[in-house]
Amino acid sequence: MKVTRREFLKVAGAGAGALALGGLGVNYLVTESYAKKLKTKRAKEVISICPFCSVSCHFICHVKGGKVVSTEGDPGYPVSEGALCAKGATMNTMINSNHRVTKPMYRAPFSEKWEEKSWDWMIERLAQKIKETRDKNFKEKNSEGQVVNRVEEIFHLGSSQMSNEECAVVHQAMRAMGVVHMDHQARI
Amino acid sequence: MGSNAAEHHPVCFKWVLKAKEERGAKIIHVDPKFSRTSARSDFHVPLRSGTDIAFMGGMIKYILENNKYFRDYVVDYTNASFIVGNKFKFNDGLFSGFNHNLKTYDKSQWAFELDANGVPKKDKTLSNPRSVFQLLKKHYSRYTIDKVSSITGVSAANLKKTYETYAATGKANKSGTVMYALGWTQHTVGVQNIRSAAIVQLLLGNIGVAGGGINALRGEPNVQGSTDHCILYHILPGYLPLPRANLATLEEYNKANTPVSKDPQSSNWWQHKPKYMISLLKAWFGDTANKENGFGYEWLPKGDVPRGIEQGDYSAMWIFDRMYKGKIKGGSIWATNPAQSIPNSNKVRKALTNLDWLYSAEIHRNETTDFWHGPGIDPKKVKTEVFLFPSCHRAEKEGSISNSGRWVLWHHKAADPMGDSKSMGQIMVDIVNELKDLYEDKGGTFKEPIVNLNWPDNFDAEDIARKINGYHVSGENKGKLANSFTALADDGSTSSLNWLYCGSYTEEGNKMKKRDLSQTKLQAKVGLFPNFSWCWPVNRRVLYNRASVDKNGQPWDPERTVIKWDGVKWIGDIPDGGWPPLSTGKGKSPFIMQKEGYGQLYGPGREEGPFSEHYEPVETPVTKHPFSRQLSNPCAKIIDSDMDKRAVPADPKYPIVLTTYSLTEHWCGGGETRNVPSLLEAEPQLYVEMSKELAALKGIKNGDPVIVESARGRVEAVAMVTVRMTPFNIQGKTVHEIGMPFAFGWTKKGCGDATNRLCVSAGDPNTTIPEYKACCVNIRKADKVTELAYEDVNAGGHHE
Repeated sequence: MKVTRREFLKVAGAGAGALALGGLGVNYLVTESYAKKLKTKRAKEVISICPFCSVSCHFICHVKGGKVVSTEGDPGYPVSEGALCAKGATMNTMINSNHRVTKPMYRAPFSEKWEEKSWDWMIERLAQKIKETRDKNFKEKNSEGQVVNRVEEIFHLGSSQMSNEECAVVHQAMRAMGVVHMDHQARI
Repeated sequence: MGSNAAEHHPVCFKWVLKAKEERGAKIIHVDPKFSRTSARSDFHVPLRSGTDIAFMGGMIKYILENNKYFRDYVVDYTNASFIVGNKFKFNDGLFSGFNHNLKTYDKSQWAFELDANGVPKKDKTLSNPRSVFQLLKKHYSRYTIDKVSSITGVSAANLKKTYETYAATGKANKSGTVMYALGWTQHTVGVQNIRSAAIVQLLLGNIGVAGGGINALRGEPNVQGSTDHCILYHILPGYLPLPRANLATLEEYNKANTPVSKDPQSSNWWQHKPKYMISLLKAWFGDTANKENGFGYEWLPKGDVPRGIEQGDYSAMWIFDRMYKGKIKGGSIWATNPAQSIPNSNKVRKALTNLDWLYSAEIHRNETTDFWHGPGIDPKKVKTEVFLFPSCHRAEKEGSISNSGRWVLWHHKAADPMGDSKSMGQIMVDIVNELKDLYEDKGGTFKEPIVNLNWPDNFDAEDIARKINGYHVSGENKGKLANSFTALADDGSTSSLNWLYCGSYTEEGNKMKKRDLSQTKLQAKVGLFPNFSWCWPVNRRVLYNRASVDKNGQPWDPERTVIKWDGVKWIGDIPDGGWPPLSTGKGKSPFIMQKEGYGQLYGPGREEGPFSEHYEPVETPVTKHPFSRQLSNPCAKIIDSDMDKRAVPADPKYPIVLTTYSLTEHWCGGGETRNVPSLLEAEPQLYVEMSKELAALKGIKNGDPVIVESARGRVEAVAMVTVRMTPFNIQGKTVHEIGMPFAFGWTKKGCGDATNRLCVSAGDPNTTIPEYKACCVNIRKADKVTELAYEDVNAGGHHE
């Protein structure tokens, strides 16, 4: 049977509705009234991609009031056809997790705690640290006298969690700083 | 092999099941542990971790000696007919040219014999004793069933069954595919594990065809894309080599890195490398990059020329070794958790305390962001300044990612970032803009590469996607997006952040957003979706697809056509280059990225030899193996420090083999998934799977808390006594193997801590990928545990 995604959702909704009400037959009216109570009603649907393995299952975010209220597999992606594994199935919980870091945090030398800081303060102080270390350790030539123009004392790790566009700017930034110690999950 | 796809890539595994159920495909699972993948396969073949080459070597011997190979394919499309120069030799586990001090080879000794035009000499009859084919036959003739069985622990019956079943795909109308994952790469012979599969697949004519190939089941969310954009020390975006100290100018770089083929039938695609490099430099440095200054080439950092196992290698294990030794001062760790995921994690955790500063972008705090108050570390003694930037979730930003099949897929922004979080792209753009301001205002050492950066004010994924695709900087198409990488030039007239992605975003629009499932009948038959998203390169879905047709351009298997010449043009997939078929005299050999255009049965570019050879893991339960006196990989990158202790071969203190694996419910080190209550409830705690025989030997019962120890560390886990693990008969003795997940860490109290504290800092000589999948340990029942909330386990598995 060929079904469009819209029809698929209807069919899936009908199944869930009928079961929830304990009925076995297809009663269109019952289904309709149940559907009205769904939290995804009138929600905007936006397609994103599971941030785990490289099967890249797509999922649909149901968004209400600027907030993701529900997620489900996207049947339109021909690789997953709407399926999700145990991890992908928890995407809504993950996005709305109260464990997430939501503020810039700073840990001072020898301190026993994190402190909240502003974005500006963090970026300014970090840029100074990078510049200080880079300027102090910049190596124009190696021990054989060959020009190397690099900084061995600064490293970068990560990440396969970034989009292609993020990877592109991170790589560009690192080489501009003179970084050769660079690696990520493709190797580890 | 080396994969438990049903549990770690469950959604893709349904296609394997479909092949089995609808088309009668035979599925063989070769892996130390019986898992859900094994349960769904036709049969499971347990083998001892680290012996895959012996197993595959036996298969190569079987294919050759029983004439199971696909002769036309082997003669015309692989380098089987090439004549190898007379300096190449192989003796007792070592190839010619080995330097014992440096632990590297002089690879020039493995070169092909060239004719007067500089093209490798060939013997299409494959009978010349110096032909690749005959050398291959000789090399693997040593891999007899008895020897293979004695070292892998696989029964002779299982070996024969596997070889017969798989070799049956050597027919024109049959195909076989190899699916692998980290169980193959994470060994000191990782690259040669995969080379062995490449040899098998080339012999059977299984590369480039529908249902063929060697499929890396990549485990990370955009690890294909992050590899293409090369967040790796040794390459620049688009797999362009890192400039090295001996190549001072762009001219020298291009000369050293651009292959030249004298064979008119070779397309030698990398001949275009200078166009891609110069377009990248234009993208990085914009107007300041010009012909006079080598387009900014001199501003790039140069790595030392590789020498021995360490010089010129800037990969993760060396980063942490140098950090441990105080040579690294600061840096960034983004969305990765090395305090969990790098081998010998105790050393990594110690190394981090030597940093002056560290910045991270994360969704959750984890064992790395919080290393300064980890187990056994006194924060009052840790000098490191730590900057933790809140990173937003993928659903809170847009951009593209590339799946395991190279489809570049656009994800849309569903909601605003939570709290004050931002995308990692925005965070890096902001940091660099601040740095640029600092260098512009105050000056500083070698400021050119920073102040001259072609850098945006804000991170806009659409804008960067266009720059990745590339555009014309000058000329009649000035300002227009490039249609494909064939438009890129080496004169500075084009700009592209990654030539491979050229064509993904053209004047027609952002093709990564396409969701059109339409396909021709031919495409539908082999599951091609040419109009859904976009695939690099040039929307080609199957790489090396010119190998799927005969010299007349007709598919080996008409029932499963990838491409086909209709007399005027190619239909089906986008061919690997538009040239007509070989029989027209205007065609090109199918393996277009290889200098000579042929599939490499003989691979003279690899570090430890042109053929794969069995070597034991760096930590091994045996003192000898049946193939040579060379016990382990002679070129393995073994890292030394006072914290890098290793067991001796067949060490009585550490007699058990350990392998590690992922879980369906947790992702990698678990830094994210441990924060999802339902996933933590499903997989709450670190366990160790062991056979009933081993459990009886050690007096351990199912559910007991145990301590697993290696020369480097100890880890607490709950014993899981199971028939899934089987003892191996190795050279007449019983060798036990245990398996552990690595998803648990101390920031989630009571669930256990890093399994990788046990693993060894030794890497593959080609890639420096660590040998996570085989090391030697011992196991005993624990009197007391501190890492596990053990009573809670008895009470039903609930803890905070």
